[in-house]
Amino acid sequence: MKSIVCIKRVPDSEARIRIAGDGRSIDPSGVKHVMNPYDEVALEEAIRLKEAAGEGSVTVVSVGPEASKEILRTALAMGADEAVLLQCAGSPDGLAIARALAAEIGGRERDLVLFGKQAIDDDNMQVPAMVAELLHLPCATVVVELEIADGHVVARREVEGGHEVIEFDLPAVVSAQKGLNEPRYPSLRGIMAAKKKPLEVKEVELRESKVEILSLEEPPARESGDVVGEGAEAVPELVRRLRERALL
Amino acid sequence: MPQGRVLAFAESRDGALRPVAREAVTAGRELAEALGSPVDAFLLGPPGIAREAAALGAYGADRIFVAENDAFANYAPDASLRLCAEILGRETYSAIIFPASAQGKDLAPRAAAMLDRGLATEVTGLGAEDGVPVAVRPVYAGKAIARVTFTDLPALISVRPNVFRAEKRPGEGLVESVEVAPEPSSQRVKGIETGERETLDVSEATVVVSGGRGMKGPENWAVLEDLVDALGEHATLGASRAVVDAGWRPHGEQVGQTGKVVSPTLYFAIGISGAIQHLAGMRTAKTIVAINKDPDAPIFQIADLGIVGDLFEVVPALAAEIRRVHAES
Repeated sequence: MKSIVCIKRVPDSEARIRIAGDGRSIDPSGVKHVMNPYDEVALEEAIRLKEAAGEGSVTVVSVGPEASKEILRTALAMGADEAVLLQCAGSPDGLAIARALAAEIGGRERDLVLFGKQAIDDDNMQVPAMVAELLHLPCATVVVELEIADGHVVARREVEGGHEVIEFDLPAVVSAQKGLNEPRYPSLRGIMAAKKKPLEVKEVELRESKVEILSLEEPPARESGDVVGEGAEAVPELVRRLRERALL
Repeated sequence: MPQGRVLAFAESRDGALRPVAREAVTAGRELAEALGSPVDAFLLGPPGIAREAAALGAYGADRIFVAENDAFANYAPDASLRLCAEILGRETYSAIIFPASAQGKDLAPRAAAMLDRGLATEVTGLGAEDGVPVAVRPVYAGKAIARVTFTDLPALISVRPNVFRAEKRPGEGLVESVEVAPEPSSQRVKGIETGERETLDVSEATVVVSGGRGMKGPENWAVLEDLVDALGEHATLGASRAVVDAGWRPHGEQVGQTGKVVSPTLYFAIGISGAIQHLAGMRTAKTIVAINKDPDAPIFQIADLGIVGDLFEVVPALAAEIRRVHAES
């Protein structure tokens, strides 16, 4: 089983986001960055598939700045075999990223292309299905269960009120939702081994974005409201206030 | 740029329109009004769906393109793209609107790649400048709000559920049948497994009751289930990341930056202190009610209404009081 896992460097979910002086991007100073949490799930799945098959490879690819090497090293420490950084500047839109990834992945041998279901920075949730379409591959997004046997895939994806069952043949694209597995932490041995694994850096010129950010603002502040009281005694007053707002 | 029409994807499941279909048409109409152009809708479904489709006229759809086939009882991404391409071959469109539902979030990027056009997802506001759509969308799970525009038309847009409330207006739509082949298709959708009963998804419910670490353990969730029951059919359960990570609740219920971002009319945060990644996921709720024993919990800083107290006393009393006032009215 040969897998390619696409990963992204994003601000930690606990990070406070401040808008930069240009009013169109975020101020990166002092923000801790991590591997996108859903990408960890995708990577874990690829590693498990390789371990279960007893053969194959896991390649991680990231589009982003030089600092993305850090998360690629983490991926190698978790168990990926090789890493590729498609180095670029700026914050391209989903389609520009998908085209860069499709160009890289299209030239590689692969059974499965894995993604996290979305990156928690721009929340675009579009690159996996775009790459599938560009490479004419079957695709299942937001997958919580994956069964693969003899090149045939049965995937369960999260939909409203249940799981949608999709079947297709490899090669294919899958995007991972939390719950698919529990990602491992890199072991000390893994971290040491990662230093010797190949990490290739390719400068890429991304195509112009078709979605342009006009402005980025902080969300309107929410004023704190009223504590109507303490304990169960306050319940009638709470219900009265909710009915006043026509909410009950 | 030449003024085109707006096209909305009307999602169906099991031969029935989903509520987000009407929301997508309503959002499409808002944009169409800003552009000064009509809005059309398209949908796929099993034979008989055309009758359902006519109802979209009441939400502003001028023409409704329908492809009927037994194979379309389930989500059919490849056929949906073929129908979309067929319609785009007939008319000029400035925008295509999808619901940001499970189906819409899967289909919209495929359409964007097929058409080589930009896609803005999870949009919460729509307008137009110089004939080009401008979309407002939360990023970083709502910690920042982006205004975006498009270099090429049609612009592809998916709209967050519960934001563009479906709105009727006088008028009728013209239903046009379109032949679309179900094959070839690179993937086969076999159906949806719903478990014992189909629960309302946290992203689509208008009332959400979320529990956090203050619930003390998974065995205590009956308290929240009872409140959901008292609140009625539009209510559902949510959960904080802490309780999902602890394995108390399924991932599908998680509200927050690594879960779902929700915009219900009414949000109950129960035993949730209000970590920044949770607040990001629910701050656009119309009304937030917090119940927590810690008066200094950050959740009270953004809640509209709150009760400080033991949730195991407050929540059952709340369910009882809601039932009492409902029985009276």
